[in-house]
Amino acid sequence: MDIVRTVVRRELAAYFTTPLAYVFIVIFLALAGAFAFFLGGFFERGQADLESFFVFHPWLYLFLVPAVAMRLWAEERRTGTIELLMTLPASTFQIVLGKFLAAWIFTGIALALTFPFWLTVNYLGEPDNGVILAAYLGSWAIAGAFIAIGACASALTKNQVIAFVLGAAICFLFLMSGVDLVLAAFRGWAPDWFVDLVASFSLITHFNELAKGVINAATAVYLATLVGVCLLVNTLIVDLEKAR
Amino acid sequence: MQEMVRLERLTKRFGAVQAVDGVSFSVARGEVLGFLGPNGAGKSTTMRMLTGFVLPTSGTARVMGFDVVREPRRAKERIGYLPEGAPSYGDMSPLGFLRFVGEMRGIHGKELARRIGVAFERTGLEEVANRPIETLSKGFRRRVGLAQAILHDPPVLVLDEPTDGLDPNQKHEVRKLVREMSRDKAIIVSTHILEEVDAVCDRVVIIARGRIVADARPEELERRSPTHNAVRLTVDRERATEAMDAIRTLNTVREVRRLEEVNGVATLLALPVDGADLGAQVSQLLYGRGIRIERLAVERGRLDDVFRELTQGGSA
Ligand SMILES: Nc1ncnc2c1ncn2[C@@H]1O[C@H](COP(=O)(O)OP(=O)(O)O)[C@@H](O)[C@H]1O
Ligand SMILES: [Mg+2]
Repeated sequence: MDIVRTVVRRELAAYFTTPLAYVFIVIFLALAGAFAFFLGGFFERGQADLESFFVFHPWLYLFLVPAVAMRLWAEERRTGTIELLMTLPASTFQIVLGKFLAAWIFTGIALALTFPFWLTVNYLGEPDNGVILAAYLGSWAIAGAFIAIGACASALTKNQVIAFVLGAAICFLFLMSGVDLVLAAFRGWAPDWFVDLVASFSLITHFNELAKGVINAATAVYLATLVGVCLLVNTLIVDLEKAR
Repeated sequence: MQEMVRLERLTKRFGAVQAVDGVSFSVARGEVLGFLGPNGAGKSTTMRMLTGFVLPTSGTARVMGFDVVREPRRAKERIGYLPEGAPSYGDMSPLGFLRFVGEMRGIHGKELARRIGVAFERTGLEEVANRPIETLSKGFRRRVGLAQAILHDPPVLVLDEPTDGLDPNQKHEVRKLVREMSRDKAIIVSTHILEEVDAVCDRVVIIARGRIVADARPEELERRSPTHNAVRLTVDRERATEAMDAIRTLNTVREVRRLEEVNGVATLLALPVDGADLGAQVSQLLYGRGIRIERLAVERGRLDDVFRELTQGGSA
């Protein structure tokens, strides 16, 4: 655990030593606000809740989170520090986990900084704060899933741009897999249970529930599994690179 | 002598490239092993297998008895490694970087502070301890890499071209450091600079195209040089030809060369047959003929001659 914490601390510090972190947070806050106000009709809805704020999070995450994750491994490979890191007496999984947690905590900080929205709805009315808390957790969980996916993409290359594009593309597939357009591609030839399985992977379906403050066991298990599998794949990618 | 590192038939293939081909050697406590070879010979790949960064295609590497593939953690705990080019996190300060490396190695608190102090002192980093590494000169960055490698006082040190790109003073400092630390450690230093060998190494392993072509003490290698025990002498220019003819009559002499002429004095070089000892014979011979020798020196032999002969065609 010591090792994981050490990795987390270094990675978090690395985020905040570059102006990029602040730029990211500002963009996230600005877009989250703009989407909620202009697209979501935050005020016009006349409802004291944050649903119009949360529904756009997956789309924001789609390009912001891969940008957070892209440097995790690609940067180490580009600068050669991976050689230093992988020759320290730590297991690959500990390092993978540490990097994931750091990036996830970073998105958590960005998300927490949206608290003025929460203050606003509480000022304007009497929202169900339990629902809001659940939606925040749900939003953070989706960010975590995207981080785990983005970290895998980052481990595949030393080019951060490639890591970003690849990460965003895979996140997009997971986000959209419940949409008819995607399912139609499977319907012709795959068995029904398979189509249902693909549909159940859809992060957007899960998230729509989360945004309403509904956390059900299936969603929690699915997200935890998705993250777990990604971390294992990430470990595998890093270890296979050694055996090349 | 306690054996600390042992490589056995270590092999690495990258696709069609046979980077390392059956390399075996061992290093004992107190020994500094110079790992030599032209660029692309396989030095870094061998070191990467020893330190656990690259998995061997076949063969084994052991550190203090621990197989790097089977027990990577135990092996890695016992190694200090300076990778080629001394990579480090540019956004961190030397202090922050050493703290990170120390904590990753399970060193904390006061003990960590003490060890960082020792490492800084040995590498002369105190003055830049809090500056971002990316703003430091190449020499300082190399020292950061060295400080990181010696932080946990490891029994085995693996240094990949620790002096590459440094100025002569910095090179001297690094060599001094290696010498100082060699007493109770096994140290492997890769280089393609031959002067390094005389300066720090007890033993030399030369590698070319992935294979070991020599494993010997520096003096033994010098002995293989065609100029080993050659006699360099200076005589009056007027008598130079006469002296050369006389020396040629010795059956222990393979060849006599006239090298240069300065202020009426010619320098001659007599190469021996099979490294025979010529000095006494030559001086007696010329004395007998009344040819005055201004200066006479016996050559040790040149490592770079040996190196070139052993590795010819091996450079990429
Ligand atoms: N990751 C790699 N992928 C493919 N080829 C490699 C890789 N690393 C090294 N090589 C090749 O292996 C050979 C040995 O390289 P290296 O060990 O770096 O030599 P040295 O350190 O002696 O200069 C070279 O031909 C090099 O191109
Ligand atoms: Mg090299």
